[in-house]
Amino acid sequence: MRPKFQLLNNALVERIIGEAFELIKNPGVRVAPYVFDLLRGAGIEVKDGVAHIPESVARKALESVPRAFFLYDRKGEAVVRYEGDTVHFDPGSSCLNILDPATQQARPALAADLVRLVQVAEMLPQFAAQSTAMVCDDVPPEIGDWYRLLLVLWYSEKPVVTGAFSAASLHTLLELITIESGGAGALRQRPRAVFDVCPSPPLNWSEFASQNLVDLARAGVPAEIVSMPLAGATAPVTLAGSVVQHAAECISGITIHQLAQPGAPIVWGGAPAIFDMRTGKTPMGAIETAMLDVACAEVGKYFGLPTHAYLVAGDGSVVDAQVEMESGMSALLGALAGVNMISGAGMLDFLACHSIEKLVIDAEAIASAQRLIEGIEPRTESLAREMFAKTGLQGDFLKLKETRALFREEQHFPSAVIDRGLSTIKDAGAGVLERAHQRVEELVLTYERRSLGPGREQEMIAFAQREGRNAGLEGLPGIVCPEHSALA
Amino acid sequence: MAAMSEERFAAMRQSIVSGAPDTAGGLAHEALTSGIAPLDAINSGFVLGMHDVGEQFAHGQMFLPDMMASAEAMRAAMAVLEPELTKLGKSRPMAGIVVLGTTKGDIHEIGKILVGTMLTANGFRVHDLGVDVSGDRFAAKAREVGADIVGVSALLTTTMRNQKGVIESLEKAGLRSQVKVMVGGAPVSRGWAEQIGADGYAKDAMSAVTLARELMEQKTQASAKEPA
Repeated sequence: MRPKFQLLNNALVERIIGEAFELIKNPGVRVAPYVFDLLRGAGIEVKDGVAHIPESVARKALESVPRAFFLYDRKGEAVVRYEGDTVHFDPGSSCLNILDPATQQARPALAADLVRLVQVAEMLPQFAAQSTAMVCDDVPPEIGDWYRLLLVLWYSEKPVVTGAFSAASLHTLLELITIESGGAGALRQRPRAVFDVCPSPPLNWSEFASQNLVDLARAGVPAEIVSMPLAGATAPVTLAGSVVQHAAECISGITIHQLAQPGAPIVWGGAPAIFDMRTGKTPMGAIETAMLDVACAEVGKYFGLPTHAYLVAGDGSVVDAQVEMESGMSALLGALAGVNMISGAGMLDFLACHSIEKLVIDAEAIASAQRLIEGIEPRTESLAREMFAKTGLQGDFLKLKETRALFREEQHFPSAVIDRGLSTIKDAGAGVLERAHQRVEELVLTYERRSLGPGREQEMIAFAQREGRNAGLEGLPGIVCPEHSALA
Repeated sequence: MAAMSEERFAAMRQSIVSGAPDTAGGLAHEALTSGIAPLDAINSGFVLGMHDVGEQFAHGQMFLPDMMASAEAMRAAMAVLEPELTKLGKSRPMAGIVVLGTTKGDIHEIGKILVGTMLTANGFRVHDLGVDVSGDRFAAKAREVGADIVGVSALLTTTMRNQKGVIESLEKAGLRSQVKVMVGGAPVSRGWAEQIGADGYAKDAMSAVTLARELMEQKTQASAKEPA
């Protein structure tokens, strides 16, 4: 039996949905001129930049959303399945800072840091997907979004959770991933990435977000709504009220998206959080934030839609017990809730900072969560009787062939990051941060990059050099490739 | 009479701490009709309430919604008292001129409103440009009002980068040497402030007041050192 965690009963989910439908009609949803005609064409009243969406139109849009879709790896294998209760994890995204591995002090992230994080995440099976995890400070800000994607595509074969920072740059990101995928048709057929699109709370699909929804739908590239109600600040203070707002933002976003292209893949997702009434900060590690994430996903599941949440992040500014307690707890809740894609691992300090050491510790929490949701299975015909018949009261279970055959299925073996008293660990007695640091070093050393093939690599490099030059970028930070001597 | 005034001042102070705009406005009216000088009502009554609020907030005894309510109450009192001050040709001693705004691409202003409220309560003249403000608008307003300080808020990590753009705009406008820049917002840190060349970072509305005072002191000292 797969264990499951639920916060809302059906009656409450239906109340939430009922109020969400009311909200998108009145007061309505602020939308950008880019979608006025599209919405009006579907019979939606748009007045003073506010769309008043009737429930019937929204319900029709919700019906046309695919209940399942895959993300593919570079080899073309379907490795991420957005459907039902499948659970995947990816690192947190778009962070500006990193905890320097040597000093453990926050500093602006550089291209080399992102490369290192991608290499580590590539080696960790706990992460089904990569994310465009950091914005690189050694790259001009105006090309910061596509440059992250370039580095991830260059160093990873896994699917990618990404997103554009503006309406215009979405097309640069799409162009880049189209080259990598071998053409628009191939990208559409086997999408490698899902693109996050964020409404502005409350109930506002800005020019950038409206346009991204429409353009992604028409390109046939999956979109992931990241709705971010902040309970008490940009959303109702009650958790239930914030879940209503989240639902209204998702439903209205899906309506825009499906009107642009019915049947295009889209994810019901978000990064809701509470608003700390003492500091004005948004604690991602708070239990109420995790409750919001889980509850929002439950509403998406009620419609049978693919889901996403932002968990496994902590709020302290160093990798310590607090940060890991927060991250581990929310990893567990997200997995138990059956959220399809859980973003956030590696992040701390209210999402302001990434740590690769934290990423490998989080991977252990994730592995435990993954083990938990496998549940307890009756793997033998009799549960214990036959084994007792063989060993009697001697209790030599270690010698039984069942033990040898089944222990690997029953027990998860963590890496050396987790202290289980394994005597071969270097520096026995070192703290978890030191063990994590060693693990990062080992993973980076054993990482091997696989080429995309000379044609596609040349094309990607030429594209990046051209776009980079336009923004005043010298060279391509983070790209090291002997085959392309100009960059070596 | 003095005891009665003391009682009134205490009530004014309490109306701010309680976050009661109607009471604060009513007490301001009463002060005027009973002959209390508007400046006295402000300085011996309402402002002390704001000081209490700041103090209690800093100690975790008051929370942001309480502070918002206190700010409302302060505004209600000032709306009654300020026109009277103007009529009398008087003004509160001014601690400095501040231009405030939330950076380009960001529409969040709760933190900024609180900072503006606390600065106003502490004698600063605040020009609030609102949200989604470009660097050029910050610079133009700073020039127009002769700002001492520009305060730039950002709630999102993606818009926080635009705080740097505001500093660049001030440089481009040739104002950087005359204007101190302070930054704040949920994702902002002291390190970030240093990195972008801001003059200071404040983690909340109360520390923004302390910082603004320090920056004004630095300005005064710098201008004292300048050759005549």
